Amino acid sequence: MHAFDYQSPSTVAEAIELMAKHNGSARPLAGGTDLIDQMRVGRLAPDVLIDVKKLDELNVLSADAAGLHVGAAVPCYRIYGDETVNSQYTALADSCHIIGGIQIQSRASIGGNLCNSGPAADSTPSMIALGGVCVIAGPSGSREIAVESFCTGPGKNVLEPGELLVEVRFPARPANSGSHYRRMIPRNEMDIAVVGVGASVTLDDSGQNFVSARIGLGAIAATPLFAEAAGESLAGQPVNDESLEKAAAAAREIASPITDMRGTREYRIHVTGVLVKRVLQAAIVRARGEQIDYCRGH
Amino acid sequence: MSAKRVVTFTVNGDQVEILCEPRQSLLEVLRDDLDLTGTKEGCSNGNCGACTVIMDGRPVVSCLVLAVEAEGAELRTIEGVACGSTLDEVQAAFLEGAALQCGICTPGIIVQTEALLEENPNPTEDDVRFYLAGNLCRCTGYDKIVRAVQAAAEKRQVAASN
Ligand SMILES: Cc1cc2nc3c(=O)[nH]c(=O)nc-3n(C[C@H](O)[C@H](O)[C@H](O)COP(=O)(O)OP(=O)(O)OC[C@H]3O[C@@H](n4cnc5c(N)ncnc54)[C@H](O)[C@@H]3O)c2cc1C
Ligand code: FES
Ligand code: FES
Repeated sequence: MHAFDYQSPSTVAEAIELMAKHNGSARPLAGGTDLIDQMRVGRLAPDVLIDVKKLDELNVLSADAAGLHVGAAVPCYRIYGDETVNSQYTALADSCHIIGGIQIQSRASIGGNLCNSGPAADSTPSMIALGGVCVIAGPSGSREIAVESFCTGPGKNVLEPGELLVEVRFPARPANSGSHYRRMIPRNEMDIAVVGVGASVTLDDSGQNFVSARIGLGAIAATPLFAEAAGESLAGQPVNDESLEKAAAAAREIASPITDMRGTREYRIHVTGVLVKRVLQAAIVRARGEQIDYCRGH
Repeated sequence: MSAKRVVTFTVNGDQVEILCEPRQSLLEVLRDDLDLTGTKEGCSNGNCGACTVIMDGRPVVSCLVLAVEAEGAELRTIEGVACGSTLDEVQAAFLEGAALQCGICTPGIIVQTEALLEENPNPTEDDVRFYLAGNLCRCTGYDKIVRAVQAAAEKRQVAASN
């Protein structure tokens, strides 16, 4: 690996100052499960790594009236070990169970997953489905942006030089809501999504009609996508094959995947529809307060 | 730019202080500076698990940890598993069950198994396969590994209930 400097600031302000000082040649280091490999193979060569894992704000994992706060550096194992996440923000727990194996989950953070901005990142569709908002701190103050607007291309995002993702905040969960994330991979575990789908639904008190739904899609375009029309098509509709098929068709419509060794464009579009229906069905079961037949991480 | 710096941590209970560059991985420092060569290097990109160590109670791949990040950490490596010359239950079960052939994956798998059994003393076959999914073995076909892990778990449970 090339030679670089390592800094471990103790406050967000200090981290931002360091980033600004090195003007584009410094990079935040969270769990390092993307970054260290990318540096080893020479794809990235920052002069300075700024370790953001020890910053209090980036380690928050708590719920309050504003919803759930997940610090950008919180590793996957803490997220799926959290009671609130498991009971209310289940899609996020599902995603964190899938990212790499157990060793990777000890270190990999959702902030790193989002900031690496891979089209197939497994936590991003869930964060979109759950209405996540990125809280960003930078030299000129703080700003917020919806998760679906964060990534701008493969490996690219809205962060300006010197900016740091501090946390992702999720709105409080309404009654009768449920969520799920699932991906299609050729292996049982440890692979990159051919298609990934996160969905969150809210049902009425009868559990028979949709109040609202949000769907996030991964690996089917240059960035993870918010399938807004697909989710909106469900509002006010009864829960049945017809409404699910309509949502699946709307999701297929916005998919513009590439053909690669994991699957052809046509295959990915087909799988998008199949997964959207299955993931919605699982989210519906959870919204009704029942358990889905699903083995975490598979 | 990248001056060497002093890093202090404990390995298997011993306090160590080393001088290293930020670019050195924890794996390199364990093997090359501390001569703890039980931890193996397979892929150096996080996929094979041969370099697994336990850092502050969590299994990690040491090829994706910078040594400087381990400042203040408590590390456990394969060298800390046996008690003197007495193998622990997991090591013994791997020997008895012939759960290794070339052996390069074995230290990582044993360390990962120690982490599994601390979290889940009585894992099902599915639990074992899932927890060890980040450890690749190209020799055994995994079945004997899974059986050895379960045999070790059983032995430990029996020992604990006596
Ligand atoms: C064996 C293996 C298997 C994997 N499997 C999967 C998988 O199944 N699914 C999946 O989605 N990913 C997978 N990954 C990729 C990786 O583990 C995830 O993307 C992980 O979430 C990255 O988080 P991290 O904390 O390690 O990020 P890091 O590597 O520390 O950082 C990633 C990028 O984000 C930037 N960054 C980090 N934190 C911030 C911040 N707070 N503000 C601004 N920028 C920041 C860094 O500068 C870097 O560019 C795998 C990786 C490995 C090695
Ligand atoms: S050498 Fe670290 S995972 Fe392969
Ligand atoms: S025994 Fe050879 S790789 Fe596992």
